[in-house]
Amino acid sequence: MIGLEPAGRLSAQSPHARLGFDLVQVSQVAASLESFGAYYETRLFTPLELEYAGCDEAVRAERLAARFAAKEAVIKALRLGNEGIGWREIEVLKLADGDCDVLLHGRTAELARRMGVERVLLSLSHDGDYAGAFVSVQMKAAAS
Amino acid sequence: MIDVQDAEATIRTVLRDHGRLKQDVAALDAGSDLYQSGMTSHASVNVMLALEGAFDVEFPDHMLKRNVFSSIASIQRALGELTGA
Repeated sequence: MIGLEPAGRLSAQSPHARLGFDLVQVSQVAASLESFGAYYETRLFTPLELEYAGCDEAVRAERLAARFAAKEAVIKALRLGNEGIGWREIEVLKLADGDCDVLLHGRTAELARRMGVERVLLSLSHDGDYAGAFVSVQMKAAAS
Repeated sequence: MIDVQDAEATIRTVLRDHGRLKQDVAALDAGSDLYQSGMTSHASVNVMLALEGAFDVEFPDHMLKRNVFSSIASIQRALGELTGA
């Protein structure tokens, strides 16, 4: 849906939908894993995300990079950058059919509920040293 | 208790090592915007983890805000809150 402002200018943000995108360098995640190890992992990722990331170092960095990008894309879409929320409150789940889903927990879920968020849609992509995540948030029609 | 000058020097060291800034950290004012200076959201995580190690503190979730890590001065204020300095 494209929002049309009163003057007829197209708006990138509809009142009923928000977008977020983030791009992460896989090599930077690999470097963080090497520098901070489990401390980095457990501050940012849930047990299920870490389990899915697996043990192979290269694959692990790729998958965690995509998940970090997804968390940041959700934060951008919901405009939570200055709300003070933990990354583990945004969880990326791999579904049986290969798609990924986003679950919101704790205060992040509460803030989203107050905003009138109905659905959070996620698409992840990888290319070489980069992992990207695109998030679309659908809001209730009555929410402002 | 953190000595103010020591804290700023340590913060600058952490930013130099983990911030991925596009300019010399020594040339930045305490109020300069670190994101405008090239720090990515992922680099800010590394900065946070390194600060926690350097100052033996842990940033609680409610302090994980973009504006807390947006400048040397704001980082120093947050560390002051955490340490009671």
